[in-house]
Formats: sequence, structure tokens, C-alpha cells
Amino acid sequence: MKKVLTGNQAVAYGAMLSDVKVVAAYPITPQTTIIETLADMQAEGIGDFDYIRVESEHSALSVCIGASMGGVRAFTATSGQGLFLMHEMLHYATGARVPVVLANVNRAPALPWNIWSDQTDSISQRDTGCIQLYCEGNQEVLDTTIMAFKIAETVRLPAMVILDAFWLSHTSEPVDIPEKEAVQKFLPSFDPGDMWLDPENPRTFGSVSMSDVYMEFRWLIQRDMERAKGVISETHTEFGNLFGRNYHQVEGYLTDDAEVVIVCSGTVASTGRVAVEVLRSEGKKAGMLKVKTLRPFPSDEVKNALRDKEKVAVIDRNFSPGAQGVWAQEIRSALYELADSERPLLYGYIAGLGGRDINIGTIRDIYERTSQSETPEDADIWVGVKYV
Amino acid sequence: MIEIRFHGRGGQGAVVASKLLAHAVFLDGKYCQSFPAFGVERRGAPVTAFLRVDDRPVRVRTQIYAPDHIVILDPLLVDQVPLTKGLKPGGTVILNSSKSAVEFKSFFKGFRIATVPAAEIAIRYHLGSPRFPIVNTAILGAVARALGIVPIESLVKAIKIGVPAHAEDNAEAAREAYRAVNDE
Repeated sequence: MKKVLTGNQAVAYGAMLSDVKVVAAYPITPQTTIIETLADMQAEGIGDFDYIRVESEHSALSVCIGASMGGVRAFTATSGQGLFLMHEMLHYATGARVPVVLANVNRAPALPWNIWSDQTDSISQRDTGCIQLYCEGNQEVLDTTIMAFKIAETVRLPAMVILDAFWLSHTSEPVDIPEKEAVQKFLPSFDPGDMWLDPENPRTFGSVSMSDVYMEFRWLIQRDMERAKGVISETHTEFGNLFGRNYHQVEGYLTDDAEVVIVCSGTVASTGRVAVEVLRSEGKKAGMLKVKTLRPFPSDEVKNALRDKEKVAVIDRNFSPGAQGVWAQEIRSALYELADSERPLLYGYIAGLGGRDINIGTIRDIYERTSQSETPEDADIWVGVKYV
Repeated sequence: MIEIRFHGRGGQGAVVASKLLAHAVFLDGKYCQSFPAFGVERRGAPVTAFLRVDDRPVRVRTQIYAPDHIVILDPLLVDQVPLTKGLKPGGTVILNSSKSAVEFKSFFKGFRIATVPAAEIAIRYHLGSPRFPIVNTAILGAVARALGIVPIESLVKAIKIGVPAHAEDNAEAAREAYRAVNDE
């Protein structure tokens, strides 16, 4: 059934259709309407889950971890400062190997206060061991929420569905809502195997591990995060076969003969498609590469997509102070493995922080600047900043 | 693609208006994308909302800089907000006002003008209070008529599904406004 939904409603539908059993959350703009929608669904009996109100985001994720250890599917949602408060428990969720799914609506970090879109909040969770999936439209948001449970449960790691503040969270557009029966076929009930708090079979989880075994636990996380790359691709394929909508960790658009490939994530990829069409209509050889996953990072796909290209321009709606945009860093690392003769020049651009618009003109400027330059500058270029 | 910008005040329902019209064109088989200007909402403060309508999925996810049409829910905004900023030449201005369209001709030079007494209609249907009527559904009736982008029946259906209360009164207000449009 097609309906006009906001991105936040799409998340709520995704979680409800995934048959979550526990939702624990604390409100924060611009996420709040996700958990409001879920609260309505629970109150109206559309969703059969416990809705647990907590006093902080730290507690919200803690409750989800407990629920997941209890053997049921658990979900939460947050944004910006709320995600920062969850940070400790996100590491914990990975260590506990609980497949909790959370939605994060990208919101800029304070100070100064800003509720608008900026990836720095989710990017800051890069090293927690949480899978990160960035979405470009409300349909992808709904579909990815469902797929996130499957991916997380297959590799037993937490997963984060990420959507831009307002550009998706509060934007209404048509979304195809799958039938619950079809979703259940794709995503059967959560099976925790023998790793859950079973009163009939008492065991200890999360005890101290000394230096002689700690590293082995961490290695298992790395092994399964690497495995997640294949699992994400398989999940995308299976979802595509069942529902007719295809997603990829890395997706090229008009890249075949492109002289400049612009790398985008989130909603910038959506606008990026239109921007490269406009540039093409002017006879300019522009292409767009959308990267959906930050963790695990699909380095092989990125490498293959960009091999032998002349120039790559990476748009980062985030930055790591003292270093550079994080997508640019990741892509630069992936390209290092290429031979000198097949490695493109890489240009990093910081744009759209705190919700500043990244429009077709912005992308055109990035294309022109990259196209006209012979060698990249030492540091990322901050697009449109008044001091520069 | 048609791009429309709504201007109102917090509490008048401009954001809901953009959503209802999105839903209406969707019911009519078109693609839509509606979103509010992402400010910090306060009752009475100027509010902006946006709508894109197209025959194929809308992929551009940016602000609207050059709207085809604008819809003004509060005529007093005329002195306070640069309403026609970026409005395409020959674009339509739909204004909540009891005055005739011709009276705004010199003010909105170069644009098509349509007026509708949306506040009077909203008050008649007890939408909001007499001092602060909620004019969004009435003005949408005028939008349907003046722009011809959606049949009134699709709009009425979207209103009945989408408004949180007084569905029938809101739908009737839209119908009455549809009939009451004054354009040059």
C-alpha cells in the first residue's frame, strides 16, 4: 500500500513491520516523531510491543540491550546529543553482541545549538562496532529499517539506520508500505540461538576478561564485521527479489565515462543524481557514487568503482577536527591499495554542516572546482564558508 | 515539476496545508514532496512550507529557490516577509483576503493574482477561533481552483483523511473557497 509518509513515519513503519517486541526511547528533535508514531501504533494495537519510557538515551539503549539479551527484537531512535549520550552503551551493545537496531536522525553537534542535518553525530560512532546504513529517501529508510534487523541478527552486531534531519525526517513523500506477511517471510522472528538470558539455563554474560582472552573477543567482532559486508549484499539482493526495490552498498550513477566522480551519502546522493544529469546536459562528464555503508566500509566496491577514474570529489557533511571529512579519509584509504597508474586524484569538500543547503549549485561548484584543478589542495575545501 | 511555497504564521496550518496538498496530488496519481522550512516553530511567527509536484519521483532534496507559485495564508505578511522572492515571472500569488485580486495588482506586479476570503470561510465553519481562524483547508480550495493542479474531489478526500479534527467542516470550507476564488 502506498502512503505519503515523512522519513520518521517510514522508520516507525519499518520497526513495526519488523515485529519489534520492545521499544525504549527518549525524545529529541528531530527524531521525536519516530517514537511518537510508534507510541501511537502501540496504543492503537497496530504494533504488538512494549513501549518503555526512560529518563535518558543512555537508558534507552541500555533497556534495548537488556531486551535483546532477553531474546527479543528491540529498537530505539535518537539524534545528535542523544546519540552522544548513547555512545558508551553502543560499545557495550557490540561487546554484548546484541543485534539492537536504532535509527539516528543526523543532527549537528552542539555548541552552538543546532537541530539541523549534519553527519558528525553518527560519524562519531564509527569505531563502536555498530553497522551504519545511510539513506537517501523515505522508501529507502523504511526498507533499510527492516533489512537492518536481518543484517544485525545475522552477524550479531548492532545496526544504525541513518537519515538526514528534516530533509528526510520531516519531509513527506509517497512510500510503498510492504505487507506484514511479506515482511515476516523476509524477516522471521528473532532467533537468539543459545545466547540469551534463559532462566532454565543460567549462564554468565559480560564478565571480566583478562588480557589473555580480551583480544580474542575483539577479533570475533572484527571477523563478523568483515562478514557483514557479504551479509549486507545478500540481504539487499534478497530484499530486491521479494519487494522489487534494489539497494547497494556502493552505487554508481553515470560514472562509466565520468571525468569527475562526486561521492555522496544520505540525501546528497539523491540531489546528486539530478545534479550530474544537469551537468551532463551541459556536456560535462560528471558522475555520482553513492556510498550507503560507513561500517563495515565497502573498500573493495569503492576501489573497483573508482579505479582508473581521473578525479574523485568527496562531499562530507561532517568533519573530524584536526583531520578532514571522514568519508574522504575512508575513500582515500581504500584507493591507496590501487596502483599509481589506476588511482584517481581525490578532492575533499566539507559542505552542508548544520543543515546548510547542498543544492545543485553547490554540487556544480564542486564539480567545476575539481575539474579545473590540476592537483588537490593539502586540506579539504570548506564550501561557501564566509572565512574562506 | 511544479514548486509551491506557502507563507503563513505558526498556528495557521501552513505546514499541514503543504502536506494535505501533497496527499491530494498523490491521490490523483502524481508524485509529491512536501516539507516545512526548518525553523524553530513559534505561534504567530512567520512560517514557510514547500511542495514539489511531479509526474515522476522527486529526487532533488534542497530548498525551493524559484517557486512557480506562492500561497499566502496571512495577508499581513505582505509588509513583513519578502513574499515574492524568487517567484518565477508570471507565477501565481494566492492570497487569503476579502479584497478582490485587482486591488493587489500594483503590489504583485508581473504575477497572476487570486484572492479568497479564507478567514471568513474558516470562521463560518468554526475552524480555529474568530480571532485566530485556521485557514489552511480553505486556502487549499482556492489553490485547487486557481492552479488547477488537483481536482477538488481529491483535495476533499485528502482533507478528510488528513485533518486531525472537524473533517467535514474542513472539507466544506475547501469546497466553498473553491467557489469563492477571485482572480483578475
